[in-house]
Amino acid sequence: MAETIVFQSLPARPAPTKTEGLVPWAKANLFANWQSTITTFIVGGVLLYFVPQFLNWAILTATTVPNADACRAPGVGACWGVITEKYRLIIFGRYPLEEQWRPLVATLMLLALLIASCTRAFWNKWLLVMWAVVISVFFALMYGNVLGLTKVTTDRWGGLPLTIMLSSLSMVMAFPLAIGVALGRRSKLPAIRTFCTIYVELIRGVPLISVLFMASFMFPLFMPQGVTIDVLIRVFAGLTLFAAAYMAEVVRGGLQAIPKGQAEAAASLGLSYWQTQGTIILPQALALVVPSIVNNFIGLFKDTSLVGIVSLYELTGALGLALNGDADWRPFKLEGYVFITFIYFAFCFAMSRYSLWIEKQVNKSKQR
Amino acid sequence: MAEAKVAPRTPPSKRDWSWRSQAFRGLIYQILAVVLIGGVVWWLARNTSENMRVRGIKSGFDFLTAPAGFDIGESLFPFDSNDPYWKAFLIGVTNTLRVAVIGIVLTTILGTLLGVGRFSRNGLVRGLCQAYVEFFRNVPVLLQLLMWYLLFTELLPSISEAKYFFGFFISKGGLSFPNPVWAVGHLWALGGIAVGIVLAWLYRGWARRSFEATGQERSMFWVPVAIVLAVGVIGWFLGGAPSEFKFPRRGEFSVEGGGSLTPEFLAVLLGLTLYTSSFVAEIVRSGISSVAQGQGEAAQALGLSKGQEMQKVLLPQALRVIIPPVTSQFLNLTKNSSLAVAIGYPDVVSIANTALNQTGRAVECISLIMLVYLITSLSTSIFMGWYNSKSAIQER
Repeated sequence: MAETIVFQSLPARPAPTKTEGLVPWAKANLFANWQSTITTFIVGGVLLYFVPQFLNWAILTATTVPNADACRAPGVGACWGVITEKYRLIIFGRYPLEEQWRPLVATLMLLALLIASCTRAFWNKWLLVMWAVVISVFFALMYGNVLGLTKVTTDRWGGLPLTIMLSSLSMVMAFPLAIGVALGRRSKLPAIRTFCTIYVELIRGVPLISVLFMASFMFPLFMPQGVTIDVLIRVFAGLTLFAAAYMAEVVRGGLQAIPKGQAEAAASLGLSYWQTQGTIILPQALALVVPSIVNNFIGLFKDTSLVGIVSLYELTGALGLALNGDADWRPFKLEGYVFITFIYFAFCFAMSRYSLWIEKQVNKSKQR
Repeated sequence: MAEAKVAPRTPPSKRDWSWRSQAFRGLIYQILAVVLIGGVVWWLARNTSENMRVRGIKSGFDFLTAPAGFDIGESLFPFDSNDPYWKAFLIGVTNTLRVAVIGIVLTTILGTLLGVGRFSRNGLVRGLCQAYVEFFRNVPVLLQLLMWYLLFTELLPSISEAKYFFGFFISKGGLSFPNPVWAVGHLWALGGIAVGIVLAWLYRGWARRSFEATGQERSMFWVPVAIVLAVGVIGWFLGGAPSEFKFPRRGEFSVEGGGSLTPEFLAVLLGLTLYTSSFVAEIVRSGISSVAQGQGEAAQALGLSKGQEMQKVLLPQALRVIIPPVTSQFLNLTKNSSLAVAIGYPDVVSIANTALNQTGRAVECISLIMLVYLITSLSTSIFMGWYNSKSAIQER
């Protein structure tokens, strides 16, 4: 007798453990084992203690009324009133109040060009032309004395426009110099190689502040009798020389990464030294080092804060200018610092993200 | 059949003195470069001497022996305003080195912790380490120094109502801490540590030889550390175990006794350490992640423990990547300590700046600053060159 086989479905298998969503994430990342759990509680506890206090100070009990007495009232946290009261002085320095649209327009223009320079589609000859145009328009707008604009001497320039201008223009100026020095350091000619090496090592061996001191105190002595050069130009020259030495090393790193066969192939095609460098080696080398150049630029952007020490009032200096002389607002310097910290952070963070992105872009050919 | 003989082509005669010769062109370029740079330097020097003559500025380093005429807030050895300028400069250099050396030690510790923290299994730790790095490296170090200085000098209680905890006082006047009273016994302890280092070194040699002979592993880190500490403690006991401390005490108007650190020093140290750590953390992170994954897997396949894998396989390879950029960060920290001038810590730049304003000898003072930093940087880079050639991968 044949056994009757009754078809019985197997019990359903349990659903796979969830791997997405908040709870599984917390399980894997916060409470994976007992060490992790303890760490989570300790770190979380510290955060829970400090973060609410900070938020309370910065937001809940803060005031934005531009009135120093309101800030001194008991129980008031951060006094953002100092920003609403002084923001024009902090951002534009001592630039005449009614003319402040000029640095605003000029800076926006410069920023637009900087963003364009970061876009690959614009990497061609026209970019150089645009830089020349924008730089001249920038100076025309800032300095005035043309087209019915009143003249504003450079000692009144300041704040964020000065920071952006000093960093971006000295970077642009340093670029050709850096390429020349990098090529010179790899040159077969001993005299040229020695000069370039001495220049790079000398500048990289000393702090920026000594270069700025030199621009400020020694440069006037270097010039012939009767020739005086504006302090802004002198600081510019100092920053450019400084940035060029660091960038030359970055470019040299790129040059070293290009295989020798490239130059040999170019030579066998009959290209001259300059043709080889200009059409074969440099385009490849520069594409490799774009991320490092951006990082250099971030460094320079932060370093411009030092020019305050030789009495140019860029963003950090302008804050001191705005608050040090004013007894009412001086106690609220911390809020001022937080404000400009935020500005610096926003710029540098955006650029460092860009640097990461462009690094992925230039390495695309290597990815599989 | 007549052999068609082709006369061997004579090589083109070398035209040594022609524009077509690369060597000749190179020579001309070099002569041009030397003449040009020499000319610029000569022109600058002539202008400078002319300007100095017209303005009546004296030159030369003879001012270094004249009395300085200013006081210095903090120094490792006594100084008063009658002492000569060279002594002031020396104090500046020691102050720079003091903040740089302590800063480098703290930066190494904090940076390594933060860098390793990026690989933590705990998401909170990972996130915090990343937030730290992103925040501190994207804000100018000068601004951070100014902010710390502001916090120290404005938000802390005044010196007469200094906060006290565990023997420490903290106030606007800085940090006071218990200071061991110097005794001969400490010399014994130091001698003990020196002997311990020699013994530990001998032990390591023996342990390595025995490992190579028998394959038996011995601790190469904890045992030597224990030897050094033990012999140091024995030396300390032999020296009579001096354990007297000078504790800071609340005086009538200020905190007296004990050791103390000024708010300027603390602000510079804290600012530089926190800023540079963020860079070191990034370097450590990228160094560890640069070691190929197969290395760790191969180590496990050979049966190495987790600790051995890290110590013998991953770390040596990561360190090769980490050390050169970290050294340049240490140099950056040393150079950035020049920003102390902004908050009045008497480092070498700050003292040179004062001397410059008093004597007007800009060229000499700025050259001295540059010389100090150049010596530091060049000696470090020579050392690094030696280290790199030693640790480079030996290729066939």
